[in-house]
Amino acid sequence: MPQPLPKSIDQTQALLAAGEYVADRSLATSLFLALAMRRPLFLEGEAGVGKTEIAKVIADGLGRELIRLQCYEGLDIGQAAYEWNYPRQMIEIRLAEAAGEKSKERLAADIYSEKFLVKRALARALEGSGQGTAPVLLIDELDRTDEPFEAYLLEVLSDWQITIPEIGTLRAAEPPVVVITSNRTREIHDAVKRRCFYHWVDYPDARRELEILTRKAPGAAASLSREVVAFVQQLRKSDLFKLPGVAETIDWANCLVALDRVTLDPETVNNTLGVLLKYRDDLERIAGDEAARLVTEAKAAAAA
Amino acid sequence: MIRVETAGKLAENVMHFARLLRAAGLRVGPDRVIDCVKALEIAGSQHREDWYWTMSAVLLSKQEHRPIFDQAFNVFWRDPKLTEKMMSLLLPKAHGRAAKPEQQQSQRLTDALYSQKKPEELQAEKKEFEARLTFSSREVLSRMDFDTMSAAELTQAKQMLSQLRLPLPVIKTRRFQVHPAGIRIDLRKTLKESLREGGDVIPLVRAAPAELHPPLVVLCDISGSMNPYSRMFLHFLHAITNDRDRVTVFVFGTRLTNITRALRHRDVDVAMAKVAEAIQDWSGGTRIGHSLREFNWRWSRRVLGQNACVLLVSDGLDREAGEGLGEEMERLAKSCRYLVWLNPLLRYDKFEARPAGVRAMLPHVDLFLPVHNLKSLVDLARTLNGPLTRNSQEKRAWR
Repeated sequence: MPQPLPKSIDQTQALLAAGEYVADRSLATSLFLALAMRRPLFLEGEAGVGKTEIAKVIADGLGRELIRLQCYEGLDIGQAAYEWNYPRQMIEIRLAEAAGEKSKERLAADIYSEKFLVKRALARALEGSGQGTAPVLLIDELDRTDEPFEAYLLEVLSDWQITIPEIGTLRAAEPPVVVITSNRTREIHDAVKRRCFYHWVDYPDARRELEILTRKAPGAAASLSREVVAFVQQLRKSDLFKLPGVAETIDWANCLVALDRVTLDPETVNNTLGVLLKYRDDLERIAGDEAARLVTEAKAAAAA
Repeated sequence: MIRVETAGKLAENVMHFARLLRAAGLRVGPDRVIDCVKALEIAGSQHREDWYWTMSAVLLSKQEHRPIFDQAFNVFWRDPKLTEKMMSLLLPKAHGRAAKPEQQQSQRLTDALYSQKKPEELQAEKKEFEARLTFSSREVLSRMDFDTMSAAELTQAKQMLSQLRLPLPVIKTRRFQVHPAGIRIDLRKTLKESLREGGDVIPLVRAAPAELHPPLVVLCDISGSMNPYSRMFLHFLHAITNDRDRVTVFVFGTRLTNITRALRHRDVDVAMAKVAEAIQDWSGGTRIGHSLREFNWRWSRRVLGQNACVLLVSDGLDREAGEGLGEEMERLAKSCRYLVWLNPLLRYDKFEARPAGVRAMLPHVDLFLPVHNLKSLVDLARTLNGPLTRNSQEKRAWR
């Protein structure tokens, strides 16, 4: 069932918490504003900090449909917005011929009607089915696509419409809830950012990360969770090429549970370090003595 | 809009806050000011924290700007006296003797708060160039080493450099466009053409992958040993930065500086002044390995996406004798499409890869070229215009 939009920052925070998403006040504020003012929410941050998850939780919490547009290089209108159903159009032309239809105008009007239109993510997001049911549109990893697509998005994001030259404009009765994510592999143009509310999703602090772990890896013993969080927090202070994200922390905790560990020990850490660190240089730097030192520190921090 | 007007004092304060941010270098347009006032009303909270996050959601668009935003926020919304003083300072012609700013404040914010608006320093004299350079003098000039040029010759060379364009090869993208000999059929256009004919004939419209210049990233050495060349090269970089988009330029000596924004200024003299302002380690020592590491760690993932080509301009003479340099070069080579090393020392026929730095770097570059005079820059343009394949013949022949 579609739920009404939250009416305050506190309600927004409660909405996210109900979806098992532990958000800080800053995210709740940005999200509340985006919902209230019907603007896209632009989430930027390192990989694995839970950007995509936010959209899923909103869709779930609000009882709306989630429409996901995964961006990639060369994404074009045909794959993102709409496309004509060419085979059916061809058949229609032949049928018209067989029926002796000679008027070009009438043929064109027949061919370019809505029944031949194949709607993709953007068009479906604008369609909606009535008041209060507008879907959640997730435009994932916008940095992976190219500048022309960004430019195309401008019309969609500011006027909530798509212009189809053959038939006219497709306009949303109610703007969808839009969440855009970026891993920052390149800078998104200011013109897109201008239309959005910006939020930098950072790595969580120890308290919040522990809370996330309690919810997402409930199988782990409380003491193990504390040690895992303390270890990862220490690890993020090291000089690494890629710091482990929250997703990695959750994976790691689940790994340790699967291995029946109730506490960290240097050997297990060394054997499972590949779950946290994905670059050889980083692994070489941490594995061995550094890992042992971090385990000792993590245990001390967890006990405190 | 009506609500904005009734917000009165609040709107005015937000406007002044936005002006402060703008002066500190953040891009805050009037549309965002209006949004911000609305957002504050909608958030409707009196909590300082909510107030802060509301403004940050609307007015910020880069995480890098947060420190500046934080300081501006603290100064502006905490201390009303300072705010008043600042507002009066921001108004034109209302300079008082402002108190010295607190030490912790960032220089940019301090500048924004206290700098007196000085008129753009106009060029005192405009140099007139001989428009009709004879062919022979141009030829001589283009073969002359930057190192041995007189001041007048340098000026002429700069002028010629500003005409030079770098025709980087285009690469195929995954986006298709109409092309008579394309490999795909553009069905949409085909159908449209067909209807124009009444649907009896279906003329096929073909499409081929669109071609595009890959992004270019330049890493330019500005240490003491590179001095005669790097200044000239900066002029060249200014020309190519303004020639097209997706060019990012870094300079390094002992530290790495991104000077892309500075080079974007159309006027070459203003751009050079801005570059000089940004660079803090001009003509000092070189720490190539350290600088490359900084690039790999902090920037590579942000600027090397989408098949970027990298031009590395350096003589390879490293103060740290090549320590860690090999690894960083390897990482750089692996994360870009094509790595070109331009070395001014290559002009000497007897140049050998003796220095440790050069030996560490050489195995990882795709192309190794001289860049000591205008002719070599023109050659560079020509070489790059050919098809780019990794580890091409030139380098192997040289080795």
